Amino acid sequence: MAEQPDIEQLQTTLLAEITAAGDDNVLEQIRIGALGKKGSISARMKGLGAMAPDERKAAGQSLNALKSVIADAIAARRDELQAAALEERLLTEIVDVTLPHRPVQTGSIHPVSQVWEEVVQIFGDLGFSVAEGSHIESDWYNFGALNIPDEHPARQEHDTFYFNPGPDGSRKVLRTHTSPVQIHTMEKSQPPIRIIAPGRTFRCDSDQTHTPMFHQIEGLVLDETTHLGNLKWCLLEFCKAFFETDEVKMRFRSSHFPFTEPSMEVDINCSWQDGQVKIGVGDDWLEILGSGMVHPNVIRAGGHDPDKVQGFAFGLGLDRIAMLKYGIPDLRAFFETDLRWLRHYGFSTLNVPTLAGGLS
Amino acid sequence: MKFTLSWLKDYLETDATVEQLVTALNDIGLEVEGLENPGEALSGFSVGKIIEARQHPDADRLKVCDVETANGMVQVVCGAPNAKTGLTGIFAGAGTYIPGTGVDLQKGIIRGVESAGMMCSQRELMISDEHDGIIELEGDHAVGTSAAEALGIDDPVFDIAITPNRPDALGIYGVARDLAAKGIGTLKPLIINKVSGEFSSDISVSIDLDDDNKACPLFIGRYFRNIKNGPSPEWLQRRLRAIGLRPISALVDITNYVSFAHARPLHVFDADKLDGNITIRMARNGEKINALDEKTYELDDSMTVIADAAGPQALGGIMGGMDSGCSDETINVFLEVALFDPIRTATTGRKLNIISDARYRFERGVDPGFTFDGAELATEMILQLCGGEASDLVIAGKMPDYSRSFFLRSSRVKTLGGLDIKLSQQARILTDLGFAVTEKSDGLECSVPGWRPDVNGEADLVEEVCRIAGLDTIEPVAMPRSDAVAKPVLNLQQRRMLKTRRCLAGRGLHEAVTYSFLPEKLAVMFGGGDECLKLANPISVELSDMRPSLLPNLIAAAGRNHARGYPDVRLFELGQTYKGLEPDEEELRAAAIRTGFDSPRHWAGPNRAVDSFDAKTDIMQALAAAGAPVNSVQIIQGGPEWYHPGRCGTVQLGPKNQLGWFGELHPGVLAKMGIKGPVCGFEMVINNIPAPKRKTSARGALNISDLMAVKRDFAFIVNEDIAAGKLVQAVRGADKKLISDVSVFDLFVGKSVGEGKKSLAVEVTLQPDSQTLTDEDIETVSKKIIDKVGKATGGVLRG
Repeated sequence: MAEQPDIEQLQTTLLAEITAAGDDNVLEQIRIGALGKKGSISARMKGLGAMAPDERKAAGQSLNALKSVIADAIAARRDELQAAALEERLLTEIVDVTLPHRPVQTGSIHPVSQVWEEVVQIFGDLGFSVAEGSHIESDWYNFGALNIPDEHPARQEHDTFYFNPGPDGSRKVLRTHTSPVQIHTMEKSQPPIRIIAPGRTFRCDSDQTHTPMFHQIEGLVLDETTHLGNLKWCLLEFCKAFFETDEVKMRFRSSHFPFTEPSMEVDINCSWQDGQVKIGVGDDWLEILGSGMVHPNVIRAGGHDPDKVQGFAFGLGLDRIAMLKYGIPDLRAFFETDLRWLRHYGFSTLNVPTLAGGLS
Repeated sequence: MKFTLSWLKDYLETDATVEQLVTALNDIGLEVEGLENPGEALSGFSVGKIIEARQHPDADRLKVCDVETANGMVQVVCGAPNAKTGLTGIFAGAGTYIPGTGVDLQKGIIRGVESAGMMCSQRELMISDEHDGIIELEGDHAVGTSAAEALGIDDPVFDIAITPNRPDALGIYGVARDLAAKGIGTLKPLIINKVSGEFSSDISVSIDLDDDNKACPLFIGRYFRNIKNGPSPEWLQRRLRAIGLRPISALVDITNYVSFAHARPLHVFDADKLDGNITIRMARNGEKINALDEKTYELDDSMTVIADAAGPQALGGIMGGMDSGCSDETINVFLEVALFDPIRTATTGRKLNIISDARYRFERGVDPGFTFDGAELATEMILQLCGGEASDLVIAGKMPDYSRSFFLRSSRVKTLGGLDIKLSQQARILTDLGFAVTEKSDGLECSVPGWRPDVNGEADLVEEVCRIAGLDTIEPVAMPRSDAVAKPVLNLQQRRMLKTRRCLAGRGLHEAVTYSFLPEKLAVMFGGGDECLKLANPISVELSDMRPSLLPNLIAAAGRNHARGYPDVRLFELGQTYKGLEPDEEELRAAAIRTGFDSPRHWAGPNRAVDSFDAKTDIMQALAAAGAPVNSVQIIQGGPEWYHPGRCGTVQLGPKNQLGWFGELHPGVLAKMGIKGPVCGFEMVINNIPAPKRKTSARGALNISDLMAVKRDFAFIVNEDIAAGKLVQAVRGADKKLISDVSVFDLFVGKSVGEGKKSLAVEVTLQPDSQTLTDEDIETVSKKIIDKVGKATGGVLRG
């Protein structure tokens, strides 16, 4: 039994060589030297044929075991060497992670649009749909149907933009308020009606706090029972939801609008600090909207019977409530398209206002 | 309108504080816009008495006065000519801020004599321009009394905004009536003394109108003789000054006083300057009047004038004439108290551009019921302040019938106003406001007073009750909810608008909101400028036309941002454009522009100038977001003339439905606008996108193959003018079932492909659905592709 020590010896030698192998080539040479056709293990395998059967069986087993050990050792060492080589390579592949990331183009949503969506969320929940109307209106829809007859002093207060008279002598106007949508809506639909109508409005006026174009939201409810108490509730709930505070206090003052009767102006409480206004705190009052019960003449102009239906209407400045909520100081800047302003006051496209997720 | 507290208290018995008055006025719709007390500026001044005035030893014009003040005797050197022993005036000690000079008074030595204060002129206190001497107080004023009190200006001035429906509140008495109804005090009854004439007027009045005297239904005149005009008394001047009016003369001041106290405009003619009798008639076209504002106006036959034999002497309800105006020399006066049609007054005033206190009141409505009272009130004041004697009243026309009454159902304040208030309370409020109220079993019959032309129905009565009872007393009541979970409220177009907006912002563009108007020059360059879309009264030439496109304002905005040092601009807007004046000629569009580079310079690689394919990406993404059928749109070379003719395209669903346009803007247009290009952009018409056909939320079944797709590349040489789109279409058409995708991955132009040629390389994806593709299958479809391209474009496979 001279074979056994020889195999052990061979295994020890080979394993030592494998462990010492420094690269793939050396390892391959070792593999060929041991397991190749003329390798040391292969040579011994060939010698098996000359042995006695039981000797051959034992030697065969030993050699097979050796073969397997050596093959595994070579594979393991190869993995080791590859891992080490990779590790070495990676150490040469360093990047400076403090370099800036690739440029990203970040856009923005204008505050007017953002607030449009906020308002729609709130009134949508109260069952108001969104109505629209054209900007260029007939005198009738902008004034006459709204109980503002020709030559009425209230008309002069509107600073109306006119177009030149048409062939029939009538002049179109740029709507001075969103109220014409009340009439269009009444003409097209049957009560119960609940709509808001946000949109552009135009007045021939331009100074520190006025721009010739601005945005209003009209509200109209028409049914058989809605009264002034409902109007107060509706406005109160809107302000609480929009300004996201339950603390908001409101003051209702009698006023006059030709298209509502009774009419009221509405103030909310606020405080001024360093030129910034805060809503829902403090003792100052800020006028935010005009409202009232729809005037019987307006209901009639809309094609309905004021003895059978009634309701309320209101109008508020979309830009104005955006300024108040988001602390934007200057109305004129809304329409100047200064990139610095748009980036600062604009909203991320992912910031979609919802009642469930929050409005701001 | 302004009024002082003391003037209000002439009519209102009240102990209310100024703060209570402000709150009440705001509540009842007479919004307080300003409140000031001119007396507060004079807190450092008080009454002083010159005990002795003697000549200054070294100056002829100066006097040395020993003045008794609140703080004892003070020596004052005074230069006023009227400084004299015994004079009681207004003293200011050293350290007092003098409003008229704007400096703090210093102790000083004047020509060697010490002066420790000053006796003040009116101008130094800024209560008038008077500076000829120091103030001499009349009457008995104790030394040390505050200057404001002694001068009678310790009187808060309220400035209230009067809505156009409340002509009655354009008189202080009307304000007092409202406050009394609110419970802020008691309205004092107005006592009108009828003066019986001592002679009959030398001047007669006739109304010569065609319209049933609608323009001037009633004219009351009165002749006064032997009066003496001149400055009105101090109390009257003070009141007028306090509310911002300039005292003129007793006669004019009386007309102003009655106008502001009782909302009853009057006019006085110098009777000696009138030529014959008075006729109220329409002006003749071309007639002229020299009005009291020292301007000459040319009149037409829509205007009411008060004329004598010489011509128009006053514009009815608006302004008197210079030629017959009163002066200090006036001895005989003719008073006019008339009613003029509100609409005609407004029209005339606007035509002639005259704004006057009379017009303001007449166009809102003057109480017909106060015509005679107004005449008597004015008579009394004229006789009192100017002396003389009054004639009988001269009356032309007749009192119009303004009586009307409305029924207020007992439940109506509750069902319309939401206010729970007893019927008796409602009756009380309306009665206090001057309505004649008759209580019936089911409500109130309310007769409207002449000073409330705005009340024309039951709703107005509800408003009066709510207004006075206080809107704050109305309980908020929840509106019924029709659906437990609110239903969606936006229509298709609104949803498309929101999605387009969020898509474009997500592509790195900033949303702008620009004006709907622009300068004519830009309108014309972008396909507009139509005569009918020009504003008749633009606010400036820069805002003269309605915009035909969203692009020009965005491009101009880019230019402004360039000028601020931002060359890379990415903007978009959603909004209306205008093709005509009709509602269906307004279109909802979206547009975007990009200028400069696609990104800032960056260490990792070069940036790229924006080009028309950025614009194409934007429009295709925006259309997809809006729900347009982007897989079936056609992209056509060319577009509107404000684009670069070779670098723009049209996106359409057939030639009759163009969804939008994209490309590089025309360099000529940009040059005219002074903008550094290139600028690339797009514009799309959201209204033109057809409504989707699918109505269900369920998706179609998913058909995916387990078989591996095969990709094959083909490069074709085609003539340079062959559109890539055409080639791609041909490839697709080769086997619609098998070919699932075709993409262009290379475009090459160069000598190697030949003059006038280009090479287009496409990657074709073949997706089998039943069995794996064999080489033969692939060969077959390749042949089909090459054939189809050859037929459609003349292209050959690149060798």
